[in-house]
Amino acid sequence: MMKLSADSQFHRQLFLFNGLLPALLILIDAARGRLGVNPTEFVTRTTGVLTLVFLILTLMVTPLRKLCGWNWLLKQRRLLGLYAFFYGLGHLLTYLAYDRDWQLQTVAGDVYKRPFIAIGMFSFLLMVPLAVTSTNAMIKKLGGQRWAQLHRLTYYIAIGGVLHYWAIVKSDVTWPRFFAVLLALLLGYRAVAGMKKARSMTPRAS
Amino acid sequence: MRDSPPIPSSEITPEETFRNRRFFMKSAIWAGSTLATAGLYRAFSPHAEVRNTGAVIATVAESGVQTSLAADEKVNSFADIAGYNNFYEFSTDKSAVADKARHFITDPWSVQVGGLVKKPSTFDLVELHKFESVERIYRFRCVEGWSMVIPWVGFPLSQLLKKVEPLSAATHVAFESYHDIKQMPDSIYAGIDLPYVEGLRLDEAMHPLTLLATGLYGKTLPNQNGAPVRLVVPWKYGFKSIKSVVKITLMDREPPTTWSLANPGEYGFYSNVNPTVDHPRWSQAHERRIGEMGARPTLMFNGYAEQVAHLYAGMDLKEDF
Repeated sequence: MMKLSADSQFHRQLFLFNGLLPALLILIDAARGRLGVNPTEFVTRTTGVLTLVFLILTLMVTPLRKLCGWNWLLKQRRLLGLYAFFYGLGHLLTYLAYDRDWQLQTVAGDVYKRPFIAIGMFSFLLMVPLAVTSTNAMIKKLGGQRWAQLHRLTYYIAIGGVLHYWAIVKSDVTWPRFFAVLLALLLGYRAVAGMKKARSMTPRAS
Repeated sequence: MRDSPPIPSSEITPEETFRNRRFFMKSAIWAGSTLATAGLYRAFSPHAEVRNTGAVIATVAESGVQTSLAADEKVNSFADIAGYNNFYEFSTDKSAVADKARHFITDPWSVQVGGLVKKPSTFDLVELHKFESVERIYRFRCVEGWSMVIPWVGFPLSQLLKKVEPLSAATHVAFESYHDIKQMPDSIYAGIDLPYVEGLRLDEAMHPLTLLATGLYGKTLPNQNGAPVRLVVPWKYGFKSIKSVVKITLMDREPPTTWSLANPGEYGFYSNVNPTVDHPRWSQAHERRIGEMGARPTLMFNGYAEQVAHLYAGMDLKEDF
């Protein structure tokens, strides 16, 4: 019998369920009329924060593999990324439904007028090609290296997401700062790892 | 594995036990992760339980003050009004304020009134409740884009100001909220300077619609709504209606106000409800009435233009926002 850390079917089920659970709870609370006094604000904020949570989780996979040797996480990374897209899409839909009242012709003007909307929208649009190219067939078609290059867009998406969150908060930046610090650590890790690699590859002067 | 010494059969875990152990571990991981995810969601989701436990305030009927609502406007429930509060001294999470303000001490209380007045005075709770109370049902429009209809109980601020007799040099009124880090430990996260300060022009302060509220829904104010006494200026964005007032000062110049100090480009001194002047980060043309799904158009001066527009005659409200 295989080790638990190699049981990727178990991991898949676990991640799939826990990723979906917040969405299920929102739906259950909505059905029971328990989304609080201002449900639209709650759903908009929660889907936005969940998008950031899954972006951060996606970016945690590589450091955790390298630092803790949890290589089994790699197989679940695509799911985490797709959940970021899923909640991002939910966030966009709540914006269109509640902030824009489905007046889609007003979206362009809103993006133009409000920089934080522009940042959020741009970050979401960057997620679309990543979601589209997340299938095995697309990875094969693009080739591993080009695929990996494309999916480094995740860094910019996460930066955009944190800026978008920071810009909407009125004065208490506790939570935007929390995400900013996490993201800085995760990107900093990559920068340092990249520099070390570059140095070790430079030929020594003779 | 092939090269390692053979393990005596007595030390091999029977398959049955191994399966049981694995089943137990998986169940524990399932339960633990589900509880953690659901618990995190619950920790951040609103669940304020509020009850109207205040003391009854006797009110008198009044005539001559027009505060009527449109036919399709309903008064918000107590649960809405007392469960969703911007009171940064306690929390920046509107759904968490009710709980965090639960033990706020509002008795004894005193409001110090001074500055450019003939008779500087201090009003305690007994003196505040000597003013004849009336009920006023007002629209309340938050700068964030949501609104409610609230049945306030209180008395016109003008009555209190007349008692202290403002000097002719007085042109403005400054207000200050209670602030105590011991009672309000989460105020360190507010991101704004405290104590909270607000201000009005004297004619705005003397306007019959401007209220010092001591209650809502017929009873004394819940802590989270600014007990024991707060300002209510129904034609201005909600943040002008300063809560838990401890100090009122008559001045000969415009007093500083908390939000315009924090962000002068976004919040002005006047902050009149105005659908034609957008907040830099969101439109003010519409509002979401709590309890309704669709958006409502925001009314000029929050629907009180007939009563207050004359105060701003000749002013450019885009300049003086």
